[in-house]
Amino acid sequence: MDLNQLAISLVKIIAVLAWVYGLLWAVGRKPWWAKALGIVIAFGIIQLALTPINGTQVFNDFDRGLLFQACGMTMVALGLNLIYGFNGQFSLGQWGFYGIGAYTAADVTYRWVNHDASGLLVGGLLVILVGLMILVVGRLIARYKGMPVLSQFTLYLIGAGVAAVISVLIGNAIANAIAPAFGAADASNSVLLGNVAQNVILVLAVLVGGAFAAEVSFLFGLPVLSLGSDYFGIATLGFTIVVQTLLVNTDTLLPFPEMKGGRGMIGIPKLTTWFWAFVFMLAVIIVMRNLIYSSTGRAIISVREDETAAKSMGIDIARYKLLAFVIGSLFAGIGGGIYAHYIGFLSPATFSFLLGFNPLIIIVFGGLGSMTGTIAASFGWIFFLEGLLRVILGQLGTEAPTWRFVLYPITLLMLMLLRPQGLLGGVEWGFLRHPKVAVRTSQTTQGVPVPAGK
Amino acid sequence: MAQATVSKQSTYAARRPGARMAWIGQAFLGLLALAALVILVPHLIKDPALFLQIVLSGLQLGFVYAMIALGYTMVYGIVKLINFAHGDVFMVGAFVSYYLVAQFQLHVWPALVWPGFSPTLALLIGTLSVMAVCMAVCVVMAVVIERVAYKPLRDAPRIAALITSIGVSFFLEFFGALYFVFSGRFIPYKRPFDVVTWYITTSGVHMLQPGQTPPSGAPIISNIFLIIVAASVAVQLLLQYLVRRTKLGKAMRATSFDKPTARLMGINVDQVISFTFAVGAAFAGLGGMLYAIAYPSIWTQLGILPGLKAFVAAVLGGIGSIPGAFVGALIMGQAEALTMGFISTPMRDAVAFTILILVLLVRPTGIFGEPEKEKA
Amino acid sequence: MMQPATTNSPMTAQARAAVPALDIQNLTKLFGGLKAVNNFSLTVQRGALDGLIGPNGAGKTTVFNMITGLYVPTTGDIFLDGDNLVGMEPFEITQSGIGRTFQNIRLFPTLTVLDNVRIAYHTHAGYGLFDGLRRNAKFEAKERELTERAEDFLNIFGLERYVNEQARNLPYGEQRRVEIARALASEPKLLLLDEPAAGMNPGEIEKLMELIHFVRDRFNLTILLIEHQMRLVMNICERITVMDFGEVIARGNPVDIQGDKRVVEAYLGRGAAGRGGKV
Repeated sequence: MDLNQLAISLVKIIAVLAWVYGLLWAVGRKPWWAKALGIVIAFGIIQLALTPINGTQVFNDFDRGLLFQACGMTMVALGLNLIYGFNGQFSLGQWGFYGIGAYTAADVTYRWVNHDASGLLVGGLLVILVGLMILVVGRLIARYKGMPVLSQFTLYLIGAGVAAVISVLIGNAIANAIAPAFGAADASNSVLLGNVAQNVILVLAVLVGGAFAAEVSFLFGLPVLSLGSDYFGIATLGFTIVVQTLLVNTDTLLPFPEMKGGRGMIGIPKLTTWFWAFVFMLAVIIVMRNLIYSSTGRAIISVREDETAAKSMGIDIARYKLLAFVIGSLFAGIGGGIYAHYIGFLSPATFSFLLGFNPLIIIVFGGLGSMTGTIAASFGWIFFLEGLLRVILGQLGTEAPTWRFVLYPITLLMLMLLRPQGLLGGVEWGFLRHPKVAVRTSQTTQGVPVPAGK
Repeated sequence: MAQATVSKQSTYAARRPGARMAWIGQAFLGLLALAALVILVPHLIKDPALFLQIVLSGLQLGFVYAMIALGYTMVYGIVKLINFAHGDVFMVGAFVSYYLVAQFQLHVWPALVWPGFSPTLALLIGTLSVMAVCMAVCVVMAVVIERVAYKPLRDAPRIAALITSIGVSFFLEFFGALYFVFSGRFIPYKRPFDVVTWYITTSGVHMLQPGQTPPSGAPIISNIFLIIVAASVAVQLLLQYLVRRTKLGKAMRATSFDKPTARLMGINVDQVISFTFAVGAAFAGLGGMLYAIAYPSIWTQLGILPGLKAFVAAVLGGIGSIPGAFVGALIMGQAEALTMGFISTPMRDAVAFTILILVLLVRPTGIFGEPEKEKA
Repeated sequence: MMQPATTNSPMTAQARAAVPALDIQNLTKLFGGLKAVNNFSLTVQRGALDGLIGPNGAGKTTVFNMITGLYVPTTGDIFLDGDNLVGMEPFEITQSGIGRTFQNIRLFPTLTVLDNVRIAYHTHAGYGLFDGLRRNAKFEAKERELTERAEDFLNIFGLERYVNEQARNLPYGEQRRVEIARALASEPKLLLLDEPAAGMNPGEIEKLMELIHFVRDRFNLTILLIEHQMRLVMNICERITVMDFGEVIARGNPVDIQGDKRVVEAYLGRGAAGRGGKV
């Protein structure tokens, strides 16, 4: 075993975790210019580490892969933490939305680089129309108070079907119309295929993937969230399995021959750069933090704390469960899009429900209801377990991959026995810290005789 | 006062106009049921014998799932834990029986110990011994797991025990996959006895000779099918007797209803819980052995999907209800077989879980389940 | 007894003022074969401080649960200011103006005391999801306003030092006060208190009585409370309704109730009235 390698890997892990801390600290500073400066520096440090200078790179390609994986996992895990840690709904479906986001985003870009705008147009139109449909149908349903959930679901489903048909027809028509703009079949000098265009397409693809995952989660979550925590968990597990089955049959049951079903989709343009991974991850962190520390966030958390009390505070439980579920799935879908474009190919085996336990283990490890814990645990998990341990065990022999899955559960068991609230349960760093309110003294109140308590 | 009562019904309805829209959701479900019928009925009409054959294979699956589902439903009923590791007990049962038969030839041990012992009787005694040892090993394993991994977490939040059960499940699967244990590859299972098949025609039941193909249109059943059905029914009856007629059964029911009070009544709750795990594991182990005889190829991840489907079956039937688990398992078996036969094999898992979701939507507590009431 | 107006038709302010705050008519609740509440009727006038008492299991909390929508009545109507509440979702009923505390304190345990109270403002926070995400001026202004009002509330109850403390860490008596503060922060018209004095010693009960009076006067509320501590009930309630086995067995002011034979028997058993059983 190469001890030098080992030491270097350990140093890298510590450095990355310190970087995470630094980022959160910097963004938590009050003045806006401090936040901006912090973000730029944080971005720059890693970018520098990734760029070859004089032939050497601090972070090699393997590390780069780990970095992107960590960003993706952070987004997925934060989403799951929102659904389970903050909203209290035990979901095993996050991985299914991760897969949906990945494949959808991949399809959009794959088609684009093969001179076909239909992926972007149909996908984009679909998410926009379905979004509008949800708003319209939602308003309609609100006027008929007391409609059972199953009927609501049927109406939304019909609406989604109509929206899908319209977007397929119109999207394909427009795509055919603009196909000549790509140039000849194997030409690559069209402005639509240039560098700027590719980045734009990446962003759009990831957003379309995320939005699609969110809309599917809306349709699925609406009837299923009313089932209560345990049954909901089982239903989401079923969902993940159904998604995986569909992914294996994308070329047989579904009309997506380029996804090649069980053989896996290849040829996805590797458009993910550190810039985009960082930007999307930071966006997810900021959105999540702003959500949690707002009235909507308090309503979401109150559902976890005590549903009956929340109801008597005037909070519509069903609505906030659905909201948390949809936002959490949006994050997972975006994470999937980033993942797909870093790795360049997708296989349904990646999205098996067994691997779907990873984000759950991560958020429990980091501490449910702690955003910092989730981020730290995601980075820690990827860099330590996937990175370091793989290296160590890889040098131990061919059985190494299997040994990983033996050590995970043992570590987990010890964690559950020794510290069930997770490593950072209830603790938040920097930007993510709960904004505390200054304690006022009685002098500042309006002079009303107060019956003092004991 | 009369003014209020007369207008009561109409005003309630006027305030909840959406309640009359329930038909929309019901129409949707009706449509799904219709679609299922439209797919299945033509097949039934076109080739009833094939349909029957598929139903029979569905029964075979269903009865095996029933043996696994019992463990899930009992454990959930008593400690509110979804024991993800239960499916792996099933896997261990298959492997243990494999080693007993392949390495130690336990399935014919009387003939080895006393040469000249009647071969059929030796096979009978031997096979029963294999079953017994198999079940015993699974029982020991389950009780050890319960004591080491679940008991310390009994007062911790439920997610902790759940995650631990996931961890135990992973551990069993991958530790077993290590080279020096079971290895990760598919192992062809050695049956303790040969599978004998019969085909049924209008002229009666005929045994299928090796190498002979059954005439088309004649449904076939095998001895392993009959054994599975018999074992599953016997297990179910045994369990019903245990739970309803014995003191231990009463203790189990009391503990699942209200643990602290059961303890105050003098019931040794820890023992009752361990016993529940043990019973479930015994049946799962037996199921594993029978499953391996029916589908003779085993690997360490064997228990994942059947375990999951058996769990779904338990939820379908109403988790916590023993007859519910049985009925749910039969339904799951049929759904899987019909999908494999008439839609496509890859879809069978998806259909199984879609059924789960639909049943949960229509009747959330399952077929035999009772809704839990929370006191405000 | 006033006739309730027909349901949910728009009423003039004058008409609404004439209507009792809470009017329950012939409420019945069946759990399977068990009649938990049977033909229960009750009227609470605006601004009143009334009590609902009875032995354990009489059905008092079930009535509260039906008022707040957690249970759906089998038959009967519940009118709040003339609006029929039956069939509405619990959160809709709260938004109509009912605040409630629970028999077993139901604070949000891991949230801070301040957040517990701030949640009460959620339905009229003044900003939406996207304002919060963007952290725009509207969010900053409304959140600050909401926070100040919540802090004022806590100050009024003398709980300002617990502002950033997790609710579950507070002593029991203080938790009760937080729960009352939280219920009041939702600006209800009617406040339902379920055994507010549970677990308190006589000194604490004295202070609670002052608090309830103060709250009713300061916030212009109607209050209905369930209680077992007779000192509290007899000293602050204006009218008392007594339940036993799901039915009303007596109504009146404290003096009448104390002397009522049926009430004494309900609590102390048959024949207790003859033995001079005191409540």
